[in-house]
Amino acid sequence: MSGTGIHEPRTLIRMGVITPRRKAIFFAVMAGLGALAPFAVYPVFLMNVLCMALFASAFNLLLGYTGLLSFGHAAFLGSAGYVTGHALKVWGWPTEAGILLGTLVATVLGLVIGGLAIRRSGIYFAMITLGFAQMIYFVAVQLPFTGGEDGLQGIPRGKALGLFPLEGRYAMYYFVYVVFLLGFYVIYRTIHSPFGHVLRSIRENEPRALSLGYDVDRYKLVAFVISAGLAGLAGATKAVVLQFETLTDVHWHKSGEVVLMTLLGGMGTVMGPSAGALIVVAMENYLSGFGDWVTVIIGCVFVVGVLAFRRGFVGEAARLLKSFPI
Amino acid sequence: MGDDFILITEGLRKEYMGFVAVNGVDLQVRRGSIHALIGPNGAGKTTVFNLLTRFQAPTAGRIVYKGRDITRERPADVARQGMVRSFQISAVFPNLTVRENVRVALQRKLGTSFHFWKSDASLRVLHERAEELLAAVDLEAYQDTVAVELPYGRKRALEIATTLALEPELMLLDEPTQGMGHEDVGRVVELIRRVSAGRTILMVEHNLSVVANLSHRITVLARGSVLAEGPYAEVSKDPAVLEAYIGAPE
Repeated sequence: MSGTGIHEPRTLIRMGVITPRRKAIFFAVMAGLGALAPFAVYPVFLMNVLCMALFASAFNLLLGYTGLLSFGHAAFLGSAGYVTGHALKVWGWPTEAGILLGTLVATVLGLVIGGLAIRRSGIYFAMITLGFAQMIYFVAVQLPFTGGEDGLQGIPRGKALGLFPLEGRYAMYYFVYVVFLLGFYVIYRTIHSPFGHVLRSIRENEPRALSLGYDVDRYKLVAFVISAGLAGLAGATKAVVLQFETLTDVHWHKSGEVVLMTLLGGMGTVMGPSAGALIVVAMENYLSGFGDWVTVIIGCVFVVGVLAFRRGFVGEAARLLKSFPI
Repeated sequence: MGDDFILITEGLRKEYMGFVAVNGVDLQVRRGSIHALIGPNGAGKTTVFNLLTRFQAPTAGRIVYKGRDITRERPADVARQGMVRSFQISAVFPNLTVRENVRVALQRKLGTSFHFWKSDASLRVLHERAEELLAAVDLEAYQDTVAVELPYGRKRALEIATTLALEPELMLLDEPTQGMGHEDVGRVVELIRRVSAGRTILMVEHNLSVVANLSHRITVLARGSVLAEGPYAEVSKDPAVLEAYIGAPE
Protein backbone atom coordinates (compact mmCIF):
# COMPACT_ATOMS: atom_id res chain seq x y z
CA MET A 1 0.00 0.00 0.00
CA SER A 2 2.97 2.30 0.30
CA GLY A 3 3.42 5.19 -2.06
CA THR A 4 -0.25 5.37 -2.93
CA GLY A 5 -0.29 9.06 -2.12
CA ILE A 6 -2.81 8.54 0.64
CA HIS A 7 -1.01 11.15 2.68
CA GLU A 8 -1.62 13.89 0.13
CA PRO A 9 -4.41 15.76 1.93
CA ARG A 10 -2.29 15.81 5.07
CA THR A 11 0.63 17.20 3.13
CA LEU A 12 -1.73 20.02 2.25
CA ILE A 13 -2.55 20.54 5.90
CA ARG A 14 1.15 20.85 6.70
CA MET A 15 1.68 23.30 3.87
CA GLY A 16 -1.11 25.45 5.21
CA VAL A 17 -3.21 25.02 2.05
CA ILE A 18 -5.87 23.28 4.11
CA THR A 19 -6.48 25.18 7.33
CA PRO A 20 -9.23 24.28 9.81
CA ARG A 21 -11.03 27.46 8.73
CA ARG A 22 -10.91 26.65 5.02
CA LYS A 23 -11.97 23.11 5.77
CA ALA A 24 -14.98 24.36 7.72
CA ILE A 25 -15.88 26.73 4.87
CA PHE A 26 -15.55 23.92 2.33
CA PHE A 27 -17.85 21.62 4.29
CA ALA A 28 -20.34 24.46 4.86
CA VAL A 29 -20.43 25.22 1.14
CA MET A 30 -20.88 21.54 0.28
CA ALA A 31 -23.67 21.20 2.84
CA GLY A 32 -25.33 24.35 1.43
CA LEU A 33 -25.10 23.03 -2.11
CA GLY A 34 -26.63 19.77 -0.95
CA ALA A 35 -29.52 21.64 0.62
CA LEU A 36 -30.20 23.68 -2.54
CA ALA A 37 -29.58 20.89 -5.06
CA PRO A 38 -33.16 19.54 -5.33
CA PHE A 39 -34.30 22.88 -6.79
CA ALA A 40 -31.90 22.45 -9.68
CA VAL A 41 -31.69 18.68 -10.17
CA TYR A 42 -34.28 15.89 -10.18
CA PRO A 43 -34.63 14.95 -6.48
CA VAL A 44 -35.03 11.17 -6.95
CA PHE A 45 -31.73 11.13 -8.81
CA LEU A 46 -30.10 13.12 -6.02
CA MET A 47 -31.50 10.83 -3.35
CA ASN A 48 -30.08 7.87 -5.22
CA VAL A 49 -26.71 9.61 -5.35
CA LEU A 50 -26.82 10.34 -1.60
CA CYS A 51 -27.63 6.73 -0.75
CA MET A 52 -24.85 5.39 -2.95
CA ALA A 53 -22.46 8.06 -1.65
CA LEU A 54 -23.13 6.89 1.90
CA PHE A 55 -22.71 3.28 0.79
CA ALA A 56 -19.38 4.05 -0.91
CA SER A 57 -18.13 6.13 2.03
CA ALA A 58 -18.92 3.27 4.40
CA PHE A 59 -17.06 0.91 2.08
CA ASN A 60 -14.10 3.30 1.93
CA LEU A 61 -13.75 3.12 5.72
CA LEU A 62 -12.61 -0.45 5.13
CA LEU A 63 -10.76 -0.19 1.82
CA GLY A 64 -9.22 3.25 2.18
CA TYR A 65 -8.58 3.46 5.90
CA THR A 66 -8.14 -0.12 7.06
CA GLY A 67 -6.77 -1.67 3.87
CA LEU A 68 -9.47 -4.35 3.64
CA LEU A 69 -11.11 -5.04 0.27
CA SER A 70 -14.57 -6.43 0.92
CA PHE A 71 -16.21 -7.89 -2.14
CA GLY A 72 -19.54 -8.54 -0.53
CA HIS A 73 -20.83 -5.21 0.65
CA ALA A 74 -24.04 -5.58 -1.38
CA ALA A 75 -25.11 -8.11 1.25
CA PHE A 76 -25.46 -5.31 3.81
CA LEU A 77 -27.05 -2.82 1.41
CA GLY A 78 -29.62 -5.30 0.14
CA SER A 79 -30.55 -7.14 3.31
CA ALA A 80 -31.15 -3.86 5.14
CA GLY A 81 -33.33 -2.76 2.22
CA TYR A 82 -35.45 -5.92 2.39
CA VAL A 83 -35.82 -5.82 6.16
CA THR A 84 -36.77 -2.13 6.20
CA GLY A 85 -39.19 -2.63 3.30
CA HIS A 86 -40.85 -5.54 5.07
CA ALA A 87 -41.11 -3.68 8.38
CA LEU A 88 -42.76 -0.68 6.72
CA LYS A 89 -45.02 -2.54 4.34
CA VAL A 90 -46.15 -5.60 6.27
CA TRP A 91 -45.69 -4.64 9.90
CA GLY A 92 -46.63 -1.00 9.33
CA TRP A 93 -43.67 0.28 11.38
CA PRO A 94 -42.86 4.00 11.46
CA THR A 95 -40.27 4.99 8.82
CA GLU A 96 -37.43 5.70 11.24
CA ALA A 97 -37.97 2.48 13.18
CA GLY A 98 -37.96 0.50 9.94
CA ILE A 99 -34.70 2.11 8.84
CA LEU A 100 -33.14 1.47 12.24
CA LEU A 101 -34.16 -2.19 12.11
CA GLY A 102 -32.62 -2.56 8.64
CA THR A 103 -29.42 -0.91 9.87
CA LEU A 104 -29.36 -3.14 12.92
CA VAL A 105 -29.75 -6.30 10.84
CA ALA A 106 -26.88 -5.20 8.56
CA THR A 107 -24.75 -4.48 11.63
CA VAL A 108 -25.36 -7.93 13.10
CA LEU A 109 -24.72 -9.48 9.69
CA GLY A 110 -21.48 -7.49 9.59
CA LEU A 111 -20.49 -8.94 12.95
CA VAL A 112 -21.06 -12.49 11.72
CA ILE A 113 -19.48 -12.13 8.25
CA GLY A 114 -16.69 -9.87 9.47
CA GLY A 115 -15.95 -12.12 12.43
CA LEU A 116 -15.08 -14.93 10.05
CA ALA A 117 -13.63 -12.96 7.13
CA ILE A 118 -11.04 -10.98 9.11
CA ARG A 119 -9.24 -14.19 9.98
CA ARG A 120 -7.81 -14.06 6.47
CA SER A 121 -6.34 -11.19 4.51
CA GLY A 122 -5.95 -10.03 0.93
CA ILE A 123 -7.69 -12.01 -1.77
CA TYR A 124 -8.91 -14.62 0.73
CA PHE A 125 -10.66 -11.95 2.75
CA ALA A 126 -12.31 -10.65 -0.44
CA MET A 127 -13.41 -14.14 -1.44
CA ILE A 128 -14.89 -14.95 1.97
CA THR A 129 -16.95 -11.75 1.88
CA LEU A 130 -18.02 -12.58 -1.69
CA GLY A 131 -18.98 -16.08 -0.63
CA PHE A 132 -21.18 -14.80 2.16
CA ALA A 133 -22.75 -12.21 -0.13
CA GLN A 134 -23.62 -14.97 -2.59
CA MET A 135 -25.32 -16.87 0.23
CA ILE A 136 -27.33 -13.78 1.13
CA TYR A 137 -28.27 -13.45 -2.55
CA PHE A 138 -29.45 -17.04 -2.58
CA VAL A 139 -31.49 -16.48 0.57
CA ALA A 140 -33.05 -13.36 -0.99
CA VAL A 141 -34.06 -15.36 -4.06
CA GLN A 142 -35.57 -18.17 -1.96
CA LEU A 143 -37.34 -16.44 0.91
CA PRO A 144 -40.99 -15.63 0.20
CA PHE A 145 -41.02 -12.18 1.83
CA THR A 146 -38.50 -10.70 -0.61
CA GLY A 147 -40.73 -11.39 -3.61
CA GLY A 148 -37.89 -13.27 -5.34
CA GLU A 149 -37.40 -12.13 -8.91
CA ASP A 150 -40.28 -9.63 -8.65
CA GLY A 151 -38.76 -7.87 -5.68
CA LEU A 152 -40.49 -6.25 -2.75
CA GLN A 153 -42.87 -3.69 -4.23
CA GLY A 154 -45.01 -0.91 -2.80
CA ILE A 155 -43.02 0.08 0.29
CA PRO A 156 -44.81 3.02 1.94
CA ARG A 157 -42.63 6.01 2.75
CA GLY A 158 -44.62 6.90 5.84
CA LYS A 159 -44.13 10.06 7.84
CA ALA A 160 -40.97 11.58 9.24
CA LEU A 161 -41.21 11.67 13.07
CA GLY A 162 -44.81 10.56 12.57
CA LEU A 163 -45.72 14.12 11.49
CA PHE A 164 -44.46 15.02 8.02
CA PRO A 165 -45.61 12.87 5.11
CA LEU A 166 -42.66 11.85 2.96
CA GLU A 167 -44.65 11.43 -0.23
CA GLY A 168 -43.58 14.83 -1.58
CA ARG A 169 -40.25 14.86 -3.34
CA TYR A 170 -38.77 17.69 -1.23
CA ALA A 171 -39.81 16.25 2.13
CA MET A 172 -38.28 12.92 1.13
CA TYR A 173 -35.15 14.61 -0.13
CA TYR A 174 -34.45 16.47 3.09
CA PHE A 175 -35.11 13.35 5.10
CA VAL A 176 -32.53 11.45 3.02
CA TYR A 177 -30.18 14.40 3.22
CA VAL A 178 -30.27 14.37 7.03
CA VAL A 179 -29.66 10.62 7.08
CA PHE A 180 -26.72 11.07 4.70
CA LEU A 181 -25.20 13.87 6.79
CA LEU A 182 -25.52 11.78 9.96
CA GLY A 183 -23.95 8.75 8.33
CA PHE A 184 -21.22 10.84 6.75
CA TYR A 185 -20.49 12.46 10.09
CA VAL A 186 -20.10 9.08 11.76
CA ILE A 187 -17.59 8.08 9.07
CA TYR A 188 -15.72 11.37 9.28
CA ARG A 189 -15.59 11.10 13.06
CA THR A 190 -14.34 7.51 12.89
CA ILE A 191 -11.60 8.37 10.42
CA HIS A 192 -10.42 11.26 12.58
CA SER A 193 -10.57 9.48 15.91
CA PRO A 194 -7.97 7.67 18.03
CA PHE A 195 -9.53 4.48 16.65
CA GLY A 196 -9.10 5.78 13.08
CA HIS A 197 -5.38 6.31 13.69
CA VAL A 198 -4.98 2.72 14.80
CA LEU A 199 -6.84 1.61 11.66
CA ARG A 200 -4.43 3.60 9.52
CA SER A 201 -1.47 2.01 11.24
CA ILE A 202 -2.96 -1.42 10.49
CA ARG A 203 -3.41 -0.42 6.86
CA GLU A 204 0.18 0.77 6.70
CA ASN A 205 1.89 -2.15 8.41
CA GLU A 206 -0.16 -4.81 10.11
CA PRO A 207 2.63 -6.88 11.75
CA ARG A 208 4.09 -3.69 13.20
CA ALA A 209 0.73 -2.62 14.64
CA LEU A 210 0.50 -6.08 16.18
CA SER A 211 3.98 -5.79 17.65
CA LEU A 212 2.96 -2.50 19.27
CA GLY A 213 0.36 -4.43 21.23
CA TYR A 214 -2.72 -3.77 19.11
CA ASP A 215 -5.03 -6.72 18.69
CA VAL A 216 -5.43 -5.98 15.01
CA ASP A 217 -8.25 -8.44 14.42
CA ARG A 218 -10.46 -6.71 16.94
CA TYR A 219 -9.86 -3.31 15.37
CA LYS A 220 -10.59 -4.70 11.92
CA LEU A 221 -13.77 -6.28 13.20
CA VAL A 222 -15.05 -3.04 14.74
CA ALA A 223 -14.26 -1.21 11.46
CA PHE A 224 -16.05 -3.93 9.52
CA VAL A 225 -19.14 -3.73 11.72
CA ILE A 226 -19.31 0.08 11.48
CA SER A 227 -18.90 -0.14 7.71
CA ALA A 228 -21.57 -2.84 7.39
CA GLY A 229 -24.00 -0.92 9.58
CA LEU A 230 -23.64 2.27 7.57
CA ALA A 231 -23.91 0.35 4.29
CA GLY A 232 -27.14 -1.01 5.76
CA LEU A 233 -28.31 2.49 6.64
CA ALA A 234 -27.74 3.46 3.00
CA GLY A 235 -29.67 0.43 1.73
CA ALA A 236 -32.56 0.93 4.15
CA THR A 237 -32.92 4.58 3.14
CA LYS A 238 -32.69 3.70 -0.53
CA ALA A 239 -35.55 1.22 -0.19
CA VAL A 240 -37.73 3.94 1.35
CA VAL A 241 -36.82 6.40 -1.42
CA LEU A 242 -37.50 4.05 -4.34
CA GLN A 243 -40.37 2.28 -2.52
CA PHE A 244 -39.13 -1.07 -3.73
CA GLU A 245 -36.26 -3.46 -3.08
CA THR A 246 -35.01 -5.91 -5.66
CA LEU A 247 -32.30 -8.50 -6.15
CA THR A 248 -30.08 -5.86 -7.83
CA ASP A 249 -29.08 -4.59 -4.39
CA VAL A 250 -27.84 -7.95 -3.16
CA HIS A 251 -26.24 -8.94 -6.47
CA TRP A 252 -22.45 -9.06 -6.65
CA HIS A 253 -22.62 -6.38 -9.37
CA LYS A 254 -23.45 -3.94 -6.58
CA SER A 255 -20.41 -5.09 -4.59
CA GLY A 256 -18.28 -4.43 -7.66
CA GLU A 257 -19.89 -1.08 -8.36
CA VAL A 258 -18.99 0.26 -4.94
CA VAL A 259 -15.33 -0.67 -5.50
CA LEU A 260 -15.51 1.23 -8.78
CA MET A 261 -17.06 4.31 -7.19
CA THR A 262 -14.47 4.39 -4.45
CA LEU A 263 -11.48 3.99 -6.75
CA LEU A 264 -12.84 6.50 -9.26
CA GLY A 265 -13.41 9.14 -6.60
CA GLY A 266 -10.28 8.37 -4.62
CA MET A 267 -9.90 5.73 -1.91
CA GLY A 268 -8.61 6.92 1.41
CA THR A 269 -10.03 10.40 0.86
CA VAL A 270 -13.04 11.70 2.78
CA MET A 271 -14.92 13.09 -0.23
CA GLY A 272 -13.71 10.67 -2.91
CA PRO A 273 -16.34 7.94 -2.60
CA SER A 274 -19.16 10.49 -2.72
CA ALA A 275 -17.70 12.04 -5.87
CA GLY A 276 -17.33 8.57 -7.37
CA ALA A 277 -20.94 7.72 -6.51
CA LEU A 278 -22.12 10.94 -8.17
CA ILE A 279 -20.19 10.13 -11.35
CA VAL A 280 -21.35 6.50 -11.58
CA VAL A 281 -25.01 7.15 -10.71
CA ALA A 282 -25.08 10.11 -13.12
CA MET A 283 -23.71 7.98 -15.92
CA GLU A 284 -26.19 5.20 -15.24
CA ASN A 285 -29.01 7.74 -15.20
CA TYR A 286 -28.27 10.13 -17.98
CA LEU A 287 -26.74 7.65 -20.38
CA SER A 288 -29.61 5.20 -20.07
CA GLY A 289 -30.57 6.10 -23.66
CA PHE A 290 -27.62 4.05 -24.81
CA GLY A 291 -29.17 0.88 -23.42
CA ASP A 292 -26.71 -1.91 -22.73
CA TRP A 293 -23.85 0.28 -23.91
CA VAL A 294 -23.97 2.10 -20.55
CA THR A 295 -21.96 -0.75 -19.02
CA VAL A 296 -19.33 -0.42 -21.74
CA ILE A 297 -19.15 3.35 -21.34
CA ILE A 298 -18.83 3.09 -17.54
CA GLY A 299 -16.18 0.43 -18.04
CA CYS A 300 -14.20 2.73 -20.33
CA VAL A 301 -14.53 5.69 -17.96
CA PHE A 302 -13.32 3.49 -15.14
CA VAL A 303 -10.30 2.19 -17.03
CA VAL A 304 -9.32 5.65 -18.25
CA GLY A 305 -10.07 7.20 -14.87
CA VAL A 306 -7.93 4.74 -12.93
CA LEU A 307 -5.09 4.81 -15.47
CA ALA A 308 -4.98 8.58 -15.72
CA PHE A 309 -5.92 9.45 -12.13
CA ARG A 310 -4.36 6.79 -9.99
CA ARG A 311 -5.40 8.57 -6.82
CA GLY A 312 -8.98 9.03 -8.04
CA PHE A 313 -10.53 12.35 -8.94
CA VAL A 314 -10.50 13.75 -5.42
CA GLY A 315 -7.01 12.43 -4.71
CA GLU A 316 -5.69 14.07 -7.89
CA ALA A 317 -7.51 17.31 -7.13
CA ALA A 318 -5.80 17.39 -3.74
CA ARG A 319 -2.46 16.93 -5.47
CA LEU A 320 -3.19 19.76 -7.89
CA LEU A 321 -4.08 22.02 -4.98
CA LYS A 322 -0.63 21.29 -3.63
CA SER A 323 0.99 22.42 -6.89
CA PHE A 324 -1.06 25.62 -6.99
CA PRO A 325 -1.49 26.72 -3.39
CA ILE A 326 -4.49 28.99 -3.11
CA MET B 1 18.31 -17.82 39.02
CA GLY B 2 14.69 -16.64 38.94
CA ASP B 3 14.85 -12.89 38.86
CA ASP B 4 18.25 -12.67 37.21
CA PHE B 5 16.86 -13.80 33.89
CA ILE B 6 14.13 -11.82 32.20
CA LEU B 7 13.63 -14.40 29.47
CA ILE B 8 14.19 -18.14 29.54
CA THR B 9 13.37 -20.72 26.93
CA GLU B 10 13.42 -24.44 27.49
CA GLY B 11 13.66 -26.87 24.61
CA LEU B 12 12.17 -24.47 22.10
CA ARG B 13 11.39 -26.31 18.88
CA LYS B 14 9.73 -25.44 15.60
CA GLU B 15 9.03 -27.86 12.78
CA TYR B 16 7.60 -27.15 9.37
CA MET B 17 6.29 -30.32 7.78
CA GLY B 18 9.24 -32.39 8.83
CA PHE B 19 11.85 -29.65 8.53
CA VAL B 20 13.20 -28.65 11.92
CA ALA B 21 13.95 -24.90 11.89
CA VAL B 22 14.57 -24.58 15.62
CA ASN B 23 15.71 -27.60 17.53
CA GLY B 24 15.65 -27.55 21.32
CA VAL B 25 16.96 -24.06 21.99
CA ASP B 26 17.60 -23.12 25.62
CA LEU B 27 18.15 -19.40 26.01
CA GLN B 28 18.74 -17.41 29.16
CA VAL B 29 18.70 -13.67 28.80
CA ARG B 30 20.00 -11.80 31.81
CA ARG B 31 18.05 -8.76 32.93
CA GLY B 32 19.71 -5.49 31.93
CA SER B 33 22.13 -7.07 29.45
CA ILE B 34 22.59 -6.81 25.71
CA HIS B 35 22.37 -10.33 24.40
CA ALA B 36 23.15 -11.15 20.77
CA LEU B 37 21.92 -14.06 18.75
CA ILE B 38 24.23 -14.84 15.86
CA GLY B 39 24.69 -17.60 13.38
CA PRO B 40 25.01 -18.33 9.68
CA ASN B 41 22.08 -17.81 7.32
CA GLY B 42 19.27 -20.25 7.91
CA ALA B 43 20.38 -20.94 11.48
CA GLY B 44 16.89 -20.14 12.74
CA LYS B 45 17.53 -16.77 14.36
CA THR B 46 14.49 -15.00 12.97
CA THR B 47 12.32 -18.03 13.67
CA VAL B 48 13.42 -17.89 17.31
CA PHE B 49 12.37 -14.23 17.35
CA ASN B 50 9.01 -15.09 15.87
CA LEU B 51 8.51 -17.79 18.47
CA LEU B 52 9.50 -15.54 21.37
CA THR B 53 7.10 -12.80 20.33
CA ARG B 54 4.42 -15.38 19.55
CA PHE B 55 4.19 -14.42 15.87
CA GLN B 56 4.61 -18.16 15.36
CA ALA B 57 3.63 -21.00 17.65
CA PRO B 58 6.39 -23.37 18.81
CA THR B 59 5.98 -27.07 18.15
CA ALA B 60 7.40 -27.83 21.57
CA GLY B 61 9.16 -26.12 24.45
CA ARG B 62 8.45 -23.36 26.92
CA ILE B 63 8.97 -19.60 26.95
CA VAL B 64 9.14 -17.94 30.34
CA TYR B 65 9.13 -14.16 30.45
CA LYS B 66 9.52 -12.43 33.82
CA GLY B 67 8.85 -15.71 35.56
CA ARG B 68 5.63 -16.27 33.69
CA ASP B 69 4.91 -18.91 31.05
CA ILE B 70 3.90 -17.06 27.89
CA THR B 71 4.15 -20.02 25.53
CA ARG B 72 0.43 -19.88 24.72
CA GLU B 73 -0.19 -16.15 24.82
CA ARG B 74 -1.17 -13.94 21.89
CA PRO B 75 1.36 -11.59 20.25
CA ALA B 76 -0.46 -8.40 21.25
CA ASP B 77 -0.55 -9.60 24.88
CA VAL B 78 3.16 -10.34 24.84
CA ALA B 79 3.82 -6.83 23.53
CA ARG B 80 1.65 -5.34 26.25
CA GLN B 81 3.75 -7.09 28.89
CA GLY B 82 6.80 -5.19 27.72
CA MET B 83 8.48 -7.51 25.23
CA VAL B 84 8.54 -5.52 21.99
CA ARG B 85 10.21 -6.50 18.76
CA SER B 86 11.51 -4.81 15.65
CA PHE B 87 11.64 -6.39 12.23
CA GLN B 88 14.34 -7.35 9.76
CA ILE B 89 12.98 -4.97 7.17
CA SER B 90 12.48 -1.53 8.61
CA ALA B 91 9.04 -1.45 10.15
CA VAL B 92 7.62 2.02 10.01
CA PHE B 93 4.14 3.12 9.00
CA PRO B 94 5.17 4.53 5.61
CA ASN B 95 2.38 7.00 4.88
CA LEU B 96 2.14 8.41 8.38
CA THR B 97 4.31 11.27 9.51
CA VAL B 98 7.24 10.67 11.83
CA ARG B 99 5.31 12.11 14.74
CA GLU B 100 2.26 10.00 13.98
CA ASN B 101 4.42 6.88 13.85
CA VAL B 102 5.53 7.40 17.42
CA ARG B 103 2.12 8.64 18.52
CA VAL B 104 0.40 5.45 17.42
CA ALA B 105 2.64 3.56 19.84
CA LEU B 106 1.98 6.09 22.61
CA GLN B 107 -1.77 6.29 22.20
CA ARG B 108 -2.54 2.80 23.45
CA LYS B 109 -1.83 3.93 27.01
CA LEU B 110 -4.64 6.49 26.80
CA GLY B 111 -7.08 3.60 26.63
CA THR B 112 -9.11 5.32 23.93
CA SER B 113 -7.93 3.27 20.99
CA PHE B 114 -11.39 1.89 20.29
CA HIS B 115 -13.12 5.27 20.72
CA PHE B 116 -14.27 5.98 17.19
CA TRP B 117 -16.60 8.72 18.41
CA LYS B 118 -13.84 10.83 19.91
CA SER B 119 -11.88 13.54 18.08
CA ASP B 120 -8.24 12.87 17.32
CA ALA B 121 -7.51 16.26 18.86
CA SER B 122 -7.53 14.24 22.09
CA LEU B 123 -4.20 12.75 20.95
CA ARG B 124 -2.40 16.09 21.10
CA VAL B 125 -1.49 15.50 24.75
CA LEU B 126 0.97 12.93 23.43
CA HIS B 127 2.92 15.33 21.25
CA GLU B 128 5.28 16.40 23.99
CA ARG B 129 6.30 12.86 24.78
CA ALA B 130 6.57 12.06 21.07
CA GLU B 131 8.92 14.99 20.65
CA GLU B 132 11.12 13.77 23.52
CA LEU B 133 11.36 10.32 21.99
CA LEU B 134 12.19 11.73 18.58
CA ALA B 135 14.82 13.97 20.10
CA ALA B 136 16.39 10.90 21.71
CA VAL B 137 17.03 9.45 18.25
CA ASP B 138 17.90 12.79 16.58
CA LEU B 139 14.71 12.93 14.56
CA GLU B 140 13.08 16.00 16.09
CA ALA B 141 13.70 17.99 12.91
CA TYR B 142 11.74 15.45 10.86
CA GLN B 143 8.53 15.36 12.87
CA ASP B 144 6.27 16.36 9.98
CA THR B 145 8.06 14.30 7.34
CA VAL B 146 6.12 11.37 5.96
CA ALA B 147 8.07 8.28 7.08
CA VAL B 148 8.40 6.84 3.56
CA GLU B 149 10.52 9.86 2.60
CA LEU B 150 13.14 9.27 5.31
CA PRO B 151 16.54 7.82 4.40
CA TYR B 152 17.00 4.20 5.44
CA GLY B 153 19.10 4.81 8.54
CA ARG B 154 16.60 7.36 9.82
CA LYS B 155 13.79 4.88 9.32
CA ARG B 156 15.57 2.47 11.62
CA ALA B 157 15.98 5.26 14.16
CA LEU B 158 12.26 6.02 13.88
CA GLU B 159 11.51 2.37 14.41
CA ILE B 160 13.57 2.38 17.59
CA ALA B 161 11.83 5.54 18.81
CA THR B 162 8.46 3.88 18.16
CA THR B 163 9.54 0.79 20.08
CA LEU B 164 10.85 2.95 22.94
CA ALA B 165 7.47 4.66 23.14
CA LEU B 166 6.13 1.46 24.66
CA GLU B 167 8.81 1.62 27.36
CA PRO B 168 9.68 -2.02 26.78
CA GLU B 169 11.55 -3.96 29.42
CA LEU B 170 12.86 -6.29 26.76
CA MET B 171 13.57 -5.07 23.25
CA LEU B 172 14.07 -7.59 20.48
CA LEU B 173 15.94 -6.09 17.55
CA ASP B 174 16.05 -8.10 14.34
CA GLU B 175 19.20 -7.11 12.45
CA PRO B 176 19.17 -3.44 13.42
CA THR B 177 22.08 -2.50 11.15
CA GLN B 178 21.15 -4.58 8.13
CA GLY B 179 21.58 -2.83 4.80
CA MET B 180 23.17 0.25 6.34
CA GLY B 181 26.07 2.38 5.26
CA HIS B 182 29.08 2.92 7.50
CA GLU B 183 28.03 6.13 9.27
CA ASP B 184 24.51 4.85 9.83
CA VAL B 185 25.85 1.71 11.51
CA GLY B 186 27.85 3.85 13.95
CA ARG B 187 24.80 5.97 14.69
CA VAL B 188 22.57 2.97 15.37
CA VAL B 189 25.18 1.30 17.59
CA GLU B 190 25.39 4.43 19.69
CA LEU B 191 21.62 4.59 19.77
CA ILE B 192 21.28 1.01 20.96
CA ARG B 193 23.88 1.60 23.64
CA ARG B 194 22.02 4.68 24.79
CA VAL B 195 18.58 3.10 24.90
CA SER B 196 19.85 -0.05 26.60
CA ALA B 197 20.11 1.83 29.88
CA GLY B 198 17.59 0.32 32.24
CA ARG B 199 16.36 -2.34 29.85
CA THR B 200 17.30 -5.64 28.30
CA ILE B 201 18.08 -6.06 24.63
CA LEU B 202 18.10 -9.24 22.64
CA MET B 203 19.25 -8.79 19.09
CA VAL B 204 19.90 -10.76 15.97
CA GLU B 205 22.87 -9.29 14.17
CA HIS B 206 25.10 -10.25 11.26
CA ASN B 207 27.66 -7.53 11.66
CA LEU B 208 30.18 -9.11 14.03
CA SER B 209 31.93 -5.85 14.88
CA VAL B 210 28.58 -4.51 16.08
CA VAL B 211 28.11 -7.64 18.13
CA ALA B 212 31.61 -7.47 19.58
CA ASN B 213 31.13 -3.83 20.37
CA LEU B 214 27.76 -3.98 22.03
CA SER B 215 26.86 -7.29 23.52
CA HIS B 216 27.57 -8.73 26.93
CA ARG B 217 26.68 -12.22 25.95
CA ILE B 218 26.34 -14.10 22.70
CA THR B 219 24.44 -17.19 21.70
CA VAL B 220 25.53 -18.84 18.46
CA LEU B 221 22.90 -20.76 16.57
CA ALA B 222 23.60 -23.22 13.79
CA ARG B 223 21.04 -25.42 12.07
CA GLY B 224 18.43 -24.61 14.65
CA SER B 225 20.51 -25.51 17.72
CA VAL B 226 22.69 -23.64 20.17
CA LEU B 227 26.30 -24.11 19.19
CA ALA B 228 27.99 -21.97 21.81
CA GLU B 229 27.22 -19.35 24.40
CA GLY B 230 29.33 -16.84 26.29
CA PRO B 231 31.05 -13.48 25.98
CA TYR B 232 32.36 -12.49 22.54
CA ALA B 233 36.03 -13.10 23.34
CA GLU B 234 35.28 -16.68 24.31
CA VAL B 235 32.77 -17.52 21.64
CA SER B 236 34.84 -16.09 18.81
CA LYS B 237 37.63 -18.56 19.57
CA ASP B 238 35.37 -21.59 19.83
CA PRO B 239 36.42 -24.06 17.12
CA ALA B 240 32.83 -25.21 16.55
CA VAL B 241 31.78 -21.61 15.90
CA LEU B 242 34.66 -21.01 13.52
CA GLU B 243 33.74 -24.15 11.69
CA ALA B 244 30.09 -23.15 11.33
CA TYR B 245 31.07 -19.76 10.00
CA ILE B 246 34.04 -20.56 7.83
CA GLY B 247 33.47 -24.22 7.08
CA ALA B 248 35.24 -27.34 8.29
CA PRO B 249 38.99 -27.49 7.73
CA GLU B 250 39.42 -30.29 5.20
